[in-house]
Amino acid sequence: MRILVCVKRVPITGGRMVLTADAQAIETKHLGFTISPHEECGVEEAVRIVEAGGGEVVVLTLGPEEAAEQIRDCMAIGADRGIHLVSSEEWDAQATAAAIAEAIRGEEPFDLVVFGNESADAGGYQVGIRVAYALGLPVVTGLKGLTVDGGRARCEQEVPGGRDVYDVALPAVVTVKEGLNLPRYPSVPAKLRAKSKPLDARPVERPVSKLEKLRLVVPAGSRKQAEILGEGPGAAPRVVEVMQQLGVA
Amino acid sequence: MSVLVFMESADDELSRQALTLAQSLGDVRAVTVDGPYAPAAWAAAIVEAAGGDDIVGPGSDRGNEVLAHVAAQLDLPFAANVSEVRGDELTRIRWGGTLLEEARLHADRRLLTAAPFAFVASVESTQAQVLAPNLDGAVAVVDHVAPDTGGKVSLADAKVVVSGGRGVGSADGFGILEELAGLLDAAVGCSRVVTSAGWRPHSDQVGQTGTKVSPDLYIACGISGATQHIAGCKGAKALLAINADREATIFAHADYAVIGDLHEIVPAIAAELRKVKGS
Repeated sequence: MRILVCVKRVPITGGRMVLTADAQAIETKHLGFTISPHEECGVEEAVRIVEAGGGEVVVLTLGPEEAAEQIRDCMAIGADRGIHLVSSEEWDAQATAAAIAEAIRGEEPFDLVVFGNESADAGGYQVGIRVAYALGLPVVTGLKGLTVDGGRARCEQEVPGGRDVYDVALPAVVTVKEGLNLPRYPSVPAKLRAKSKPLDARPVERPVSKLEKLRLVVPAGSRKQAEILGEGPGAAPRVVEVMQQLGVA
Repeated sequence: MSVLVFMESADDELSRQALTLAQSLGDVRAVTVDGPYAPAAWAAAIVEAAGGDDIVGPGSDRGNEVLAHVAAQLDLPFAANVSEVRGDELTRIRWGGTLLEEARLHADRRLLTAAPFAFVASVESTQAQVLAPNLDGAVAVVDHVAPDTGGKVSLADAKVVVSGGRGVGSADGFGILEELAGLLDAAVGCSRVVTSAGWRPHSDQVGQTGTKVSPDLYIACGISGATQHIAGCKGAKALLAINADREATIFAHADYAVIGDLHEIVPAIAAELRKVKGS
């Protein structure tokens, strides 16, 4: 199996959203970076499939120079090589999908192309689906379960009250959600090996955005003044009073 | 301007919210789609029914998926989870709703989903045209599996959620949360730190990449209040935070606060509830 996993570098936001002065981005001076939890599960799943049945896991990202760090993190989980479409600008979903599809066309065909269900930051819910259309492949989204066997994929999609099941022929595009598996913590030797794995970095030009970000805004009124019911276990009677007022006890 | 609104069903809550958004944009026609769920085929039926109209859907998993298929079929931009529209400008949610983006749509037609609970449903139900998609060769749902919940109330449906974070300290530490939940007919939730540590299954995780909950009361025990978590519990009508750190971010999102060690406070609340119920 040849599997491509697409990931996106995003800041680890912690407890508060602080914007840059021009309101174009989150202030990241004091933040670390990661990929979406959905995508971490995508990388882990691809690595498990290839560990069990052989093949290759390739990781692709579109992002700034620094996003090479996230590709190396994925290599430490077990990905074999990376493709880095380098651009320091923010791309809209439509342009992102077009660039990814173009990069995939330049590779030997993949059996499976994996995305996170939605990115942690922009949350457009569409890049994986658009790439599937560009490549003429079937797509199933929101997977919490995946079994690949005999050129087909059994996909379990989370829905209220359970899971819907799809059966698709490979090659296919899937988008996955956190909970699909519990990603491993990379070992130190795995992190060292990751440093020498092949990474193909190439610059890409951003086209005009059809969904053009104007500015970011921290939602108003998102901070509250909590009523302090007390300190320590002595607060319990007051807590139960509040529960009764709310009609839940 | 004419708008076609895709509804999961004529009385579905998020779909009726989408209807409210659509009505603010122009003359509305509502549609539902018949038969097994097949996102590409459903989208094709919607594209055909829409003619050249704007298309709006609910900001649910299916709404966002179907609209993304519509957008891919038409090669048009699609703005997911929109909270406000001003002509060709709009506001949409990012980071699970903890940040907003103001954006301009460069297209002749608007393809949008309504962010959950950004709009108020104005009708109980509506007349919707039922579309019959062409399912020949379509990727469609072939089976449904339901988990065994052991008769417990589900996280998404619970009126009360008792949720634990890093401060709970261990898998065993959740025993006192389970006990309190049992007294309140509540579901037990947790933060991402807890599932990553393997203390609880991912199905218990509340957050941007877990379950989004909207109970009457959310009790956050030993949870610091990272945006990842807030994105999942901000729909709660009331939030009670129990935390030893009086500077914890969670208090900025809480309606009620108790400061101190959850390992002492949670059993004390349980004991008080027993006393009150027994009397």
